This record gives sequence, C-alpha cells and structure tokens, in this order.
Amino acid sequence: MPQPWQNIEEEKYMSRLTEVFKNKALTGFLTAGDPDIESNERYIMQMVNAGVDIVEIEIPFSDPIMEGEIIQASALRALKSGTTTDKVFDLVNSIRKKSDIPIVFLTYLNPVFNYGYEKFFQQCKKLMVDGVIIPDLPYEEKTEVELIANKYDTDIISLIVNAPKERVQKIAKSAKGFIYIVPSADSTEENTQDLICTIKEVTNVPCAVGFGISTLEQAKKYAVISDGIILGSAIVRIIAQYGKNADTKIYDYIKSIKEIIQS
Amino acid sequence: MSNTKFGIYGGQYVPEVLMNEIINLENSYNKFKNDTKFNSELEFLLNNYAGRPSLLYFAKNMTQDLGGAKVYLKREDLNHTGSHKINNVLGQALLAKYMGKKKVIAETGAGQHGVATATAAALLGLECEIYMGKEDTQRQALNVYRMELLGAKVHSVTSGTMTLKDAVNEAMREWARNSEDTFYLLGSVMGPHPYPTIVRDFQSVISKEARKQILEIEGRLPNLVMACIGGGSNAIGMFYNFINDANVNLIGVEAAGKGVETGMHAATLTTGRLGVFHGMKSIFCQDENGQIAPVYSISAGLDYPGVGPEHAWLNSIGRAQYVAASDDEAVDAFEYLSKVEGIIPAIESSHAIAHARKIIPEMNKDDIVIICLSGRGDKDAAAMAKYRGRKIYE
Ligand SMILES: Cc1ncc(COP(=O)(O)O)c(C=O)c1O
Repeated sequence: MPQPWQNIEEEKYMSRLTEVFKNKALTGFLTAGDPDIESNERYIMQMVNAGVDIVEIEIPFSDPIMEGEIIQASALRALKSGTTTDKVFDLVNSIRKKSDIPIVFLTYLNPVFNYGYEKFFQQCKKLMVDGVIIPDLPYEEKTEVELIANKYDTDIISLIVNAPKERVQKIAKSAKGFIYIVPSADSTEENTQDLICTIKEVTNVPCAVGFGISTLEQAKKYAVISDGIILGSAIVRIIAQYGKNADTKIYDYIKSIKEIIQS
Repeated sequence: MSNTKFGIYGGQYVPEVLMNEIINLENSYNKFKNDTKFNSELEFLLNNYAGRPSLLYFAKNMTQDLGGAKVYLKREDLNHTGSHKINNVLGQALLAKYMGKKKVIAETGAGQHGVATATAAALLGLECEIYMGKEDTQRQALNVYRMELLGAKVHSVTSGTMTLKDAVNEAMREWARNSEDTFYLLGSVMGPHPYPTIVRDFQSVISKEARKQILEIEGRLPNLVMACIGGGSNAIGMFYNFINDANVNLIGVEAAGKGVETGMHAATLTTGRLGVFHGMKSIFCQDENGQIAPVYSISAGLDYPGVGPEHAWLNSIGRAQYVAASDDEAVDAFEYLSKVEGIIPAIESSHAIAHARKIIPEMNKDDIVIICLSGRGDKDAAAMAKYRGRKIYE
C-alpha cells in the first residue's frame, strides 16, 4: 500500500522528519546541560544505538510554562550548570561528527528571539537541525518565526491538542515535519484516535504523540493509533536518578520501548 | 496596529492548550462588554460594593511642603479591599459568571490581587484558588490569612524564584489543565491578548473619574499624571483617559530596589530588553541568553520582571516616561505621606510618591499633578517597621 506521505508535492525540500515516520517512529528527549553536556553527548549516542529515530534536545529556559515538574526541574539544573544556547549548538556539532540522526530542538520563544531568528536558524541549517518545537508559539504568532525558519529549511513543529475541528484542521494544514499531539490529562485513547483522524483528513504530515508516556503499555497503545511516540519525562527521570551514570539505563529503556512499538 | 497588539507589543504567545480558551475569552468579552445588563451590574458592584467613585483628594499639606505644583491624590486606597485591584477583579469575576464558569484562579504578588479575587469570589459564589510564590506568602502572611478567611485555597509556589512570575507560571499550568470550568483572573495588564485590553478597560474607570473630577474642581486638565508600575494596571488605568490629551504628561514609576546599578531591582522599562514571555511580546528583565532574570523590590507588588505591552508601546512612542525609585526612597515616601497627610500609602504606591517628591518642587505653583494612590499601606506596616530595625508582632 502506498504511504500517503510519499507524495507531498508542494514542499520545496523533503523534510527528513517526515521520512522517518514511514515506520512507527520513536523520539527520545533530553535537556541539554542536565547533568552536563559531556554526558548528554553519550546519552544521545546511547539513544541512537538503541534505535531512536529522532533526538529531541531541550534548550533550557528559566520558565518552561508548558512542562511538568520533572522537566522543569531538569531545565533549572541545566541552567545552573551554565548551559547556553551556544553550548547546545556545540553539543549538536559533536553529535554530527558521529551521527546524522534527525534532531529537533524544544525551547521557548524568548531564547530564540534573544539569539536572533536569523542567526538561530542559520545555525540550525548548518548543523542539520531538522525542526524546532516552540510551545509558546501558537498558530496565531508563528509567521514571524516560520518565514525565517523556512529560509533555512528548518521545520517549525506544530502542536495540536483536542480543540474544535476547525482549529485542529487549520493548524494541521499548515504543519510541517511532523505534528506533535498533546493529549490532555483527561483525554482517552479514543479521543486521541479521533483527533488524529481529524488531522489525517487534511494532511499527510505524520502525527507523533507525546507528554507523559513512560510505560511499555502506554507506548504500545499510542504507537498503534499514531505514527510515532515521544518519550520525554521518562528519560529525564532516569537522568535525574542516575546523573552521569545513566548510559545503560537509557539504552535498555529505549531498546525495550522500540521493540514494543514495532511489534 | 493588529488587534492583538499595541504596535509590536502584545500578542498571544501561549501554548496551544490555552488557545481555545483564550479565543473563548475574547469572544465572550466582546459580547458582554457592550451588554447593558452586564455593564449595569458591574457599575452597581463598583458603586455599592467597592465604594466608587474614589475621591480625588487635594493634598494641601504636601502641596505646601513641596512648594511646587498642586498635588491631587486619586484615592484607590479607599476602595474595598484596599487597592485598585478590586476594579479589575469585579469586572473579570462578573465576566466569569456570565461565561458560566464555576471557579476562578489567580496569581498574586503582594496578595492584594489575591485578596480582591477571593473577595469577589465570595461575593459572587465562585470557587477560588490563588497561586502565590512561597517567598511572598512569607512577606505577606497576613494576606494569606485574609484569602483563606474569604474561602480561597492558597497554593504556595515553590518553583523558580518563588515570587510573582512563578505564581503566574503555576496559574497558567493550572488553567491549561482545567480550562473548561475555570476562569483565569489575571491581575495586571499583562499576559496574552485579550488580558491587557480587558484589564485596562476595567481599570480605566480610574482616569475616567479623575478626568471628570479635576475638570469639576480646577476647570482644567492636569499637567502631569503619575502612578507606580508593577505589571502596569493602576498606571494604565490612571493614564488611559488622558492619553489623547497631548498636554498631559504621563510618568510611570518602577521599582529600583537597591539601585538599578546593583542588579537588585525590578525596573523593567529602565533596564530591560524586548522579549517574549508570559504570553506577550514586551520588555523584560533578562540575562544575555534570554533567561528571565530574578528581580527584587521591597514591594512584592512591583516585583515582576516584565511590564504590560501597552506601556512598552507608550514608552516606545514617547507618550509616557518611565523612571524608577529605590527601596530607600519608597520607604521614606511611605513615612512622609503618613506624617504629612495622615494617609498610609501602600509601599507600591509609595514609589510614585517618592518620584513626585523629587520633581514637584521644580514645577510651577499653578501646575497640577495627579498621583494614583493605588493602595493603602496597612499590609506593609510590619515590613516597614522591620526595615527601620523595629520588630513588631503582626
Ligand atoms: C497597591 C498596589 N499598587 C500597585 C501594584 C502593582 O500592580 P500594577 O502595576 O498592575 O498596578 C500592586 C500589586 O500587587 C498593588 O497591590
């Protein structure tokens, strides 16, 4: 059966992100600088070796208003250890010497705005950062950033939540790379499945589900109804617990999730 | 000017989880703001519950003592709950009620907005939860008790710097979790559109009254209007109906804390840079990497690293001037107004008084100045005594 996302014509470049979703894709997250950049470099390679398809790196921000307690605490540890946007770019630079794995950033708008949109996305292109997730940049405001991101072939990843159909489809139509689905605390598997169907009516851009997935069971459940899943707080929790010695824990955890979602 | 922004300032920089509710809020506000029933109910509450109109008081002793312009005080300190915050709170709480919400949540710094919100919730039969930085719950313990007495649940916020900005973060998170039945009652002219406009509209009653009062008393407009700036709500309320009067100067006074050169201050427009935070593009105190900077002021109500977008705009076009007064100057002003006029001002408002004391002696005797006395200082008495080295039991 031909996969629907194989024929997106109007894209001037083929997003590498969209491509990795041909099989159920696994995205692994960590906060740059927690516990330190050197450990992050090893942890990212552990994730890659264990089979993640996309690496999501948080550029820490002082006030991550969308994050839960675990990732908030991680961002604050990272800032305390002196992490800056330039150091995160250096981290990506080191990774790029070893791997061409698709990479996306998660950060808030102020660090990007402060760095300068032009300079930020220039760096992204140079280091093959495929996309940027900016939780405080909704559809209404994204043009000012996307105009520049597009110039440097970087996707601004759209987040979608359970909202009226009209809004969901408006965002979906403009989405690039992949769509980040955020289930609300009280939404069921069926709600999420319906949401994905609503999105699929108008776009071929793949849908990944994130936020709060940690058990094998949850991973399986969401992988079945979507194009892939994102592991965030589950990995950050391992790092919080094992600090600089989390290598094998991360590898084993990712490996087990990868197996379950592809089975 | 796009309808969500003031020049380049403002907008709706919030997570997608909040967008639906923000659109809902905007539509509801647009519907009810011109609704006769809503407006007459609000007016009734303002006049019969909050005690409006507030006095425009000629401060004769202060005028004589300073020897310059005639000084008038707009007495928001006489409102029920002791500050201007009640104007906005009654408006938004009534809006929540009209929207069919069951619960209101709010952030608070000094506790004045929290107390006002808890008060309106008690009056209108809404559930109420208040988010307050742990640091502030200690500085303003009496207000925590007041809120609880009024039936609100107070959450002590321990994330980040444990002050107002973190209380806003936590309230936003809670709103994202429960937007269906919950109304976020924002306390200043900040946050995503439409809040800066809603709060400004509800606070503009200050200048609507003051403009009429001064014309009645003096037969002409003032030369200068002043107010202190935290997020900027009492100031925008005090400025709004004078903005089109080109000859009326507008001055906002921020908190210089221990001095702007020490880094221990909350003087956003004096020292900050353009950025995006708490849903708005505006001016913020931030470090060279765009991390929001910890701010400091003796006054919990001014201890905020940002400023409302309409002020950033008025500043950028030169329509209003923004200056800063230090802790020391504010405490002196707190004592000064108490002794000279028999009025104990809130430490927030004392910042405006402090700057007034510097510039009024240089003005002409027939000039007129109106200062917004945004709140009363009873809540600050213990902290001021401590500042002077006196320990008293609260
Ligand atoms: C008495 C008083 N004045 C001023 C402020 C500062 O807020 P805004 O700048 O929004 O008026 C506060 C805030 O708590 C306050 O309690």
